[in-house]
Amino acid sequence: MLKRLRVLLAGAGVLAASTIPAFSQGTLRIGMTAADVPLTTGQPDQGFEGYRFAGYTIYDALVNWDLSKADVLADIKPGLATEWKPVEGNPKKWVFTLRKGVKFHDGTDFNADVVIWNLDKLLNDKSPQFDPKQIAQARGRIPTLIGYRKIDDYAVELETRVVNALFPYDMSYIFYSSPANWEKQGKDWAKVGLNPVGTGPFKVDRVVPRERMELSRFDGYWDKARVPKLDKLLLFPMPEAATRTAALLSGQVDWIEVPAPDALPRLKQGGMNIVTNKYPHNWAYQPSMVEGSPWTDLRVRKAANLAIDRAGIKKLVGDMAIESKGHVYPGHPWFGSPTFDIKYDPEAAKKLLKEAGYGPNNKPKIKIAISTSGSGQMLPLPMNEYVQENLNAVGFDCTFEVMEWNALVTFGFQPVTGEAAKKAGTNAINISRAFPDPYSGFTRLMHGDYVPPKGANWGILKDAKLDEMIDKVHNSFDKAEQTKALQAVHSYAVDQALWIWVVHDLNPRAMSPKVKGFVQSQSWFQDLTPISMQ
Amino acid sequence: MLLYALRRLLYLVPVAFGVSLLVFALVHLAPGDAISAIVPPDAPQEVVDKLRTYYGFDKPLPVQYFRWMLVTLGGDFGTSIGTGRPVFEEVGGAFLNTIVLAIAACIVAFSLAVVLGTAAAYARSRAVDRIVTSIALIGVSVPHFWLAIVLVIVFSVELGWLPPMGLGPENVAGWRLDLDHLRYMILPTVALSMIPLGVMTRTVRSTVKEILNMEFVTALQAKGMNDGRILLHVLKNAAPTCLAVMGLQAGNLIGGSILIETVFSWPGTGFLLNSAIFRRDLPVLQGATLVLAFFFMMLNLTVDVIQTMVDPRIKRG
Repeated sequence: MLKRLRVLLAGAGVLAASTIPAFSQGTLRIGMTAADVPLTTGQPDQGFEGYRFAGYTIYDALVNWDLSKADVLADIKPGLATEWKPVEGNPKKWVFTLRKGVKFHDGTDFNADVVIWNLDKLLNDKSPQFDPKQIAQARGRIPTLIGYRKIDDYAVELETRVVNALFPYDMSYIFYSSPANWEKQGKDWAKVGLNPVGTGPFKVDRVVPRERMELSRFDGYWDKARVPKLDKLLLFPMPEAATRTAALLSGQVDWIEVPAPDALPRLKQGGMNIVTNKYPHNWAYQPSMVEGSPWTDLRVRKAANLAIDRAGIKKLVGDMAIESKGHVYPGHPWFGSPTFDIKYDPEAAKKLLKEAGYGPNNKPKIKIAISTSGSGQMLPLPMNEYVQENLNAVGFDCTFEVMEWNALVTFGFQPVTGEAAKKAGTNAINISRAFPDPYSGFTRLMHGDYVPPKGANWGILKDAKLDEMIDKVHNSFDKAEQTKALQAVHSYAVDQALWIWVVHDLNPRAMSPKVKGFVQSQSWFQDLTPISMQ
Repeated sequence: MLLYALRRLLYLVPVAFGVSLLVFALVHLAPGDAISAIVPPDAPQEVVDKLRTYYGFDKPLPVQYFRWMLVTLGGDFGTSIGTGRPVFEEVGGAFLNTIVLAIAACIVAFSLAVVLGTAAAYARSRAVDRIVTSIALIGVSVPHFWLAIVLVIVFSVELGWLPPMGLGPENVAGWRLDLDHLRYMILPTVALSMIPLGVMTRTVRSTVKEILNMEFVTALQAKGMNDGRILLHVLKNAAPTCLAVMGLQAGNLIGGSILIETVFSWPGTGFLLNSAIFRRDLPVLQGATLVLAFFFMMLNLTVDVIQTMVDPRIKRG
């Protein structure tokens, strides 16, 4: 009987295997963490995962990212613009020289009119192509852009509100969709979303909402070195980590984003490659710096930084993190030379708290707003509980205000003095931040002028010296000088323990050994063009 | 019968109004903000304000409700904030995918439950009864999302027999009735049918057992009627109770399972609602919930009418 059953099961297995569809060698199938296909109209939603898969694949920006190297931080490079420079004597104006000979997937030309049309799409609410959905994604990326005009067919002038040497970074987040396609789709952005046309290395063959997006190689791509090796690229929304793991192990996809830490041994056992690299990600606490907050005392901030056992947290997340030594990781060009060594030293933390006047009957009360999940939040509940134990062990009285991710994001829209934070009694917030560019990394988070709603300086950090240092970055047009200014900002931020830094994520993704040629850059974005399937 | 059905249909109007009010209130009571979900955390306030005005969220809630009701009564559920597509299209497509899965789960659960429940009620052997009762207990006790993950691990990862996720093969859009698509349905159907299987097996077993103890069954046996015909009489008498429970279970299945659809990446209403919740896509949330509530009401009405046809005493009552 058992023998018969085994034969039957084996037969069924062969039958099942024979019905699994075969794919050509050049098709890469990716399981994304998003619950839906990101917006494809030009400015993707779903955070930087959207930019990764529905941004730099389908579209180009005037300024692209160099994602070709794993050993250095990804930086900007010419994209649809071949060069850019501020106007002499008026650094608030920039001239971008556009690349000639670039074609959209529909065969139409890219030129200055297209740039103006796309900027109108975002910034001119009187224009017929104005799209509130795209401005929602894009406006925060170009906070200083206030004007634009065509100089000639292949040059545009863009104007910023203030002097901003970092402006080219801002323009790396703005993509250019085909005006002709918008006309063809009946001037309806929802239809454009199903049939998008960009200038990027991949063209879209089909978008099936909540199921998949199918892309294929664009042979007419302007950068011949980046014409994709793949024939096709299929992207599947798979929000559940266990589903992504199963899909990879069963061969239904070739690559998954963010495997669950506890699935890593099984994935390795199944012959999958786990690819990681440093990238600009920061899992930290942003403290309240308003009067009455215990965080206003440097000794308290330093004590918290010394109380955290980062090696334990690293172990908790399956080694998929590096221990923070500051706002950026050691080896990052902006790291500089801070003197405060962030490490696990509970005795030193206890001593600092005592010096600050705290004791067993007078503990510094810390209440942190945290989320249960969320983009870039890693494993927020166990990680926060771990930190809570560490802080309480040295003499803090740490509690949490736990909320759902979106509620936390909304919570962060008001500064610590806002109604929401006052009502909750919180004096710190835990939102993972990206620092792909200096504005995202420092200005919006630490500059005194960028308190919400203007920026994300939630704790109302007001430090004239720091503001001056950040302003210097924005006024440094020479790259080396800019980097030096950023190093000074970072060193100062660490020495003043302006935040409580914990870990940086390692951006893990798992892939089948059939995937060849992928270079994981130190970036939230990745280049899929050099990949081939064995 | 027609008058009864029409009267019940009329009752749906105030219920539907109440449901719409409840759906709107619940969606707006939830923490978080629709606009904050679609803008990056550091979006300028002017942008947030502009979007709030554009989507009408700057208006008082009663005004928002009446505007929503107006477009809904016009057959249009508005536009998704998350995708920009018409809510009707979003909900319609997802609803069809869920219906396919729900029907399959209903067929599996109800047919097995009737067989197992009746067998247990008739069983003279305690072992059969215990086995069936255990199956029913497992059905109602085991978390179906956990079972779904176990099924995927065993049948997709370890054995490689069945696909772990999706609606069908990668080269075909949407669901079709063919062998390839049926393979994709097997695991979600099994996982989804476990709860209704457990509930229905227990219901059928207890109802049939109760009816078997009634005097009319003894009378039929005394008259010499064969067991098959007696079984038909028993099942007919058990039908009203079982149909009522089946109606509720079918309604739950058609409502879509957020967990099962998320585990299997099955693009149905559960998956849609999950995505809409995280995006705070209020138009989609409202539209989907209203459609599901309406369908649930229609299903209850259908079950009531069928019950009345099977047992005229209900109408008299």
